[in-house]
Amino acid sequence: MAPVLELRNITKHFPGVLANDRISFTLEQNEIHALLGENGAGKSTLMNILYGLYQPDEGEIIVRGRPVKIHSPSDAIRAGIGMVHQHFMLVPVLTVTENVMLGDEMLTGGVFLDRRSAAQRIRDISKQYGLEVDPDAYIKDLPVGVQQRVEIIKLLFRNADILILDEPTAVLTPQEVNDLFKVIRSLVDQGKSLIFITHKLKEVLATADRITVLRAGRVVGSTTPAQTTEAALAAMMVGREVALEVEKAEAKPGDVVLSLEHLEVLDDRLNVAVDDVTLDVRAGEIMGVAGVQGNGQTELVEVITGLRRPVSGRVRILGHDVTGATPRRITELGVAHVPEDRQRDGLVLSYPVADNIALQEYYKPPFARGVVIDEQAIEKEAARLVQQFDVRTPSVQTPAGSLSGGNQQKVIVARELSRPIKLLVASQPTRGLDVGSIEYIHKQIVRKRDEGAAVLLVSPELDEILALSDRIAVMYRGRVVAIVDADVATKEYLGLLMAGADPATTPVPERRHKRAEVVT
Amino acid sequence: MTATTVQTPRYTQAQLAAMAERRRHRIIGVIMVLLGFAGFALFAANADPAAVSTFGLNTGRTAAIRLGDLVVPTQATITVLSSLCLFVGGYQIIRGFGKSTNAIFGLIILFFIASFLVWATGDKSINLAAMINSTLLRAVPLTLGALSGVMSERSGVVNIAIEGMMLSGALTATIAGSVTGSLWIGVAAAVLTGVLLSLFHGVLSIRYKVDQIISGTVINIFSVGITSFISAKFLSEFPQLNNPGTFRSEPIPVLSAIPVIGPILFDNNFFTYAMFVLLIVIHIALFYTRWGLRTRAVGEHPKAADTLGINVFRTRYTAVLLSGALAGFAGAYFTLGSVGRFDEGMTAGRGFIALAAMIFGNWTPFGAFGAALIFGFADSLQSRLAILNVPIPSQFLLMAPYIATMIALAGLIGRTTPPAADGKPYEKG
Amino acid sequence: MAESVLKEIIPPVTEVQRQSLWRRAWEAVQLPALALFTAFVVGGFIIALSDFKVLEALADTVSRLNPIGYALLILTAVVLIGGVAISRKPEIILSRLGFAATGRQSRWFNIIAVVLTIAAVIGLLVIIGFGHVLELAWNAVISAYGALLEGSLGNPAQMIAALQSGDSRAIALAFYPISESLVASTPYIFAGLAVALGFRCGLFNIGAEGQLFIGALTSVFVGYSLTGLPAIVHIPLALGAGALGGALWGFVPGFLKARVGAHEVINTIMMNYIAFRLSEWLLNGPMKRPGAVPVSPFIAESAQLPRFFPDPIRFHLGFFIALGMAVFVWWFLFKSRWGFEIRTVGANPNAARYAGMNIAFNIILAMCMSGALAGMAGANEVLGVNYNLANAFSSGYGFDSIALALLGRSHPFGVVLAALLFGTLRSGGTRMQNVAQIPIDIIIVVQALVIAFMAAPGIIRAIYRIVKPREGEVVFTRGWGR
Repeated sequence: MAPVLELRNITKHFPGVLANDRISFTLEQNEIHALLGENGAGKSTLMNILYGLYQPDEGEIIVRGRPVKIHSPSDAIRAGIGMVHQHFMLVPVLTVTENVMLGDEMLTGGVFLDRRSAAQRIRDISKQYGLEVDPDAYIKDLPVGVQQRVEIIKLLFRNADILILDEPTAVLTPQEVNDLFKVIRSLVDQGKSLIFITHKLKEVLATADRITVLRAGRVVGSTTPAQTTEAALAAMMVGREVALEVEKAEAKPGDVVLSLEHLEVLDDRLNVAVDDVTLDVRAGEIMGVAGVQGNGQTELVEVITGLRRPVSGRVRILGHDVTGATPRRITELGVAHVPEDRQRDGLVLSYPVADNIALQEYYKPPFARGVVIDEQAIEKEAARLVQQFDVRTPSVQTPAGSLSGGNQQKVIVARELSRPIKLLVASQPTRGLDVGSIEYIHKQIVRKRDEGAAVLLVSPELDEILALSDRIAVMYRGRVVAIVDADVATKEYLGLLMAGADPATTPVPERRHKRAEVVT
Repeated sequence: MTATTVQTPRYTQAQLAAMAERRRHRIIGVIMVLLGFAGFALFAANADPAAVSTFGLNTGRTAAIRLGDLVVPTQATITVLSSLCLFVGGYQIIRGFGKSTNAIFGLIILFFIASFLVWATGDKSINLAAMINSTLLRAVPLTLGALSGVMSERSGVVNIAIEGMMLSGALTATIAGSVTGSLWIGVAAAVLTGVLLSLFHGVLSIRYKVDQIISGTVINIFSVGITSFISAKFLSEFPQLNNPGTFRSEPIPVLSAIPVIGPILFDNNFFTYAMFVLLIVIHIALFYTRWGLRTRAVGEHPKAADTLGINVFRTRYTAVLLSGALAGFAGAYFTLGSVGRFDEGMTAGRGFIALAAMIFGNWTPFGAFGAALIFGFADSLQSRLAILNVPIPSQFLLMAPYIATMIALAGLIGRTTPPAADGKPYEKG
Repeated sequence: MAESVLKEIIPPVTEVQRQSLWRRAWEAVQLPALALFTAFVVGGFIIALSDFKVLEALADTVSRLNPIGYALLILTAVVLIGGVAISRKPEIILSRLGFAATGRQSRWFNIIAVVLTIAAVIGLLVIIGFGHVLELAWNAVISAYGALLEGSLGNPAQMIAALQSGDSRAIALAFYPISESLVASTPYIFAGLAVALGFRCGLFNIGAEGQLFIGALTSVFVGYSLTGLPAIVHIPLALGAGALGGALWGFVPGFLKARVGAHEVINTIMMNYIAFRLSEWLLNGPMKRPGAVPVSPFIAESAQLPRFFPDPIRFHLGFFIALGMAVFVWWFLFKSRWGFEIRTVGANPNAARYAGMNIAFNIILAMCMSGALAGMAGANEVLGVNYNLANAFSSGYGFDSIALALLGRSHPFGVVLAALLFGTLRSGGTRMQNVAQIPIDIIIVVQALVIAFMAAPGIIRAIYRIVKPREGEVVFTRGWGR
């Protein structure tokens, strides 16, 4: 039988980059086909081409044996293709019914919205596929997992039978992930075909019928869960057996630098994000914070660095109570912060590299004399740091926005680590970077530890956590559910804790020698 | 992890939201009480105990059945109204009216204004019906302008050019009306002018992604320049170009004979009736039709609309052009519906008050109409104060709409929530 | 989502881009220069088409057109449209003809196409019989812009003659226009700086007009109510009062923005109208000079900004104070810590917060300074030119200042240049109105067009086929924001 969907030699250039290089891909009827790859491997580009958001430079799209041209989402919808985007495409102030019917409205009298029939149709779909949702609820009142169901209903409402899910589990709790997998199964059982985009190996092995791995814009291989292992998949994704080994000596923990007591923090939507967290980080150790994204790590870091106020609890740094203190006061205590979103928080993209280097200390000598900024001093220091931290930039006067992601991150790292700091708070310090930059930044973090700084490292990447940490705090639903010695931590064990397993009943792995570990 | 020994207070999201809401309600309660005290201190204390206030209930020209005047004792009425403010405010502080708080607050403000009117008319008389009628008349251009704003901003395009479009519309209405001798062609010309200017706004802000505020400012400045230029160059030279006549009042049979309401609502000119029709049509169109759903979605989350195959740019252009048509129509009111001639700068900031009414009305047609009525009332009140010889400078009443808008924006009367994507150009892909 | 993908894959900048100073200077002025030029061309069309003689001649010629004339007219339209189409897409035409369509070639081809099209259209129109109309239109535009130029800069011949004669009265008259231009420029410098400073902090201060009013009110009050002070005390006091008044008017929207996130555009518009009503009331009541007209008393002589020349030349100290303020604002924005903070808050508020800057404070500071500068514009007019305050005296300085800030690209020195230009236009406009009977309002139209072209550089680039520069422009794209 012909495949439901076939992509032939899809090629897409962006200025200076080959995002998709002759990618071919097929999707069979009733199949879950996982598209696996690192960030920037070209998965999203490919799917956006399929959904009509980008036009391919070359290549063909064949749906049910017929070549089609997809110029816009409407064309994709007409071809029976539907996509759940990583960031949901829902209008918060509209109801479920309105969101679902938008663009494919049921009408009475040719003009007026027929909300009642649409709601009924939604109820029918809900029942058929086990997607429970209240059609009259407003999106803004719904939890993320339910919003995702609405997204899926949107596709089914349009009778899509080729469904694309882009990183659907990134924002879900483990229970919600389980529910989602059940829904996916029921969809496929009832005749749908599904493309599942992810970079999480476990999920792929658990759900997919077939797996295609993308790397640097090319298909590097296709396989099935039965024929492969996590390690083999990881190797395909990255291109080599990855030994993300970081040379580091045994930690020599000193005094407590950062101390959190019963912290409780709300997120922007006033949900409890950090729930009664108590944690100590000592000088000369790296405390890793592991957890699925969205389990309170962001808010935890914001409270420590003064960007958010806790509802209750205490933050102490070097014995000073800094609960609710300003970022400036906390920085002046010797705290460095590598922020999660470098372009949003860490840099002023329109400023030259030099001014970004001076961003934290512009008001102090040598960068300022009184109220006057000393441009020469800034330029000199920037030139020194650019050299020392190997930032690839034409000059220190080049706007930071025109540097590559890795070099932007190096500018931040140079600024933060060049100061005499006592505490480093690093949030996803290597997100989206190439291997070379990752190794470099990891070395710098370990160097700071060895110089006696306390380090709090937050990352959803277990590899990174395992490679760097001396102790690991696992966060789940805003709570620190366990603090594990790095010597006993394995990926599997941490994974279970991150998924909400009870630490009391989860078997602790045997102690092993840390430095021998090869991480995939 | 050690077990928690310290019990920390815990709030759910709903509780926190409720707390914020309660705080707001309490503030409103305090304001009500203050209004009550102010009523006593400012009006009751200064009123002659023997005075009576007389309110006329018939407009001058009318086919309606005539009623006698409403005569009330000045001080007693104020005392009753102010006591009500105090009582209601106290209840609001202690218990609260919950969801109907804003409505009750509106009522209390009405009481306060009534106290003021009763005090101001002590031993004098004022024609209440005529005053309400003039409130409505003054609200007409404001409502039409605010509808123009609602239309555009619901699709995510900020339109601060209402003022400029109204001004240009007023001019072209006059010229076209004078040249052709047909008021209807005058109206059509004004609408067309608004559409053309809004096309410019659309091209700048949608195609060239210019900051929509700058683009709107351009239209405002351009309109001042070009209308003054044409007016100085042509209208002063050929006065016959500036004499289109006006739409006459058309009483609706039967309905206009109802006492009080009849002359106020059903004895007006074309623009007032058109305003009511447009109000209802736009409300229904926005909230009950496919077009409205799509327009609102584009204003809230254009990307979501785009992924569902809705053409964001076309939707925005449509809304912006309709907005221009409405603003042009509102402009025609100034010349064809009111004075029958064009004067330089004759809109005098009405476009910005319309904008304020739109914000005050929380981007809804009827909300905007309500706000326009309040602003129209302030306007009509100030013109009457001079007659009543009240020692309050009329300028302060004229400031009221602006101050009220700033207070509303500051979040006292509940958050005003603009469409989420309002003012943001849409980048495809 | 798509943007984030793109951001990740944008290539690193490798080649060092160094250009000569001249090239960079040209790049900096080319957009404003072309925007101005285009605006004046459009203004010229409006002038020509509103000229009675032109209109009469046009009607006359059209009425005498024969069928051949009509046919030629259609041909003209075809030539025009075709010429425009060809000049838009030279690459396509060139490659059809078998040339390599390099940038330089297509540029030349483009220029030739435009020139030929214009020549052909004019030639055809003359043949049809529109020559007279074109001549009249040309004369109308030339006489209007000539009067504008003479009214603003003066007549060189007259200046030389006056200087040779040595007669001080003649010299004064000859140089009167240019001095008036400088006088008109002065409030523009202040107000333009006000808006530019707001822009740098990411704030759109539409309220310069209102702040200017309040500044004028407070400074005129200090000017007439205090007497017996020496000028050296009184002048700074009155100017400072103006700055303070303006700052207060800027503080309110700044505070509301910083504390509750209320959008400054709406609030400054509202504050404008509150200021108008307030001044209306004050000038009709508490601050009214006895008499029928609503106008304030004259300020004391000690509060008047000194003038450098005898009457009628009104050139006064305010001009130099304005230049001083421009230097100060430049220093403040680009050389001081405070300016660094304000610019950072404007460029990326999140990063500013991350770097420990106080966003609320900086927003309030920027609005206050912006208001103070606008207030000084008002004070300057009262203390240097009018010596009293009448209702509605400002006539749109506050709104023009938006154009100034955009034209000067929010740089203090750019603003000064733009202000000199606008002041020149304004003072020349008066002469144009008197001599050429062109209402001065045409200047407002030109200004509106300048704002449009500056804000939408894409239009100018499309017209003149300029390649987009590498660095992004400062574009303010925000919603009602909270």
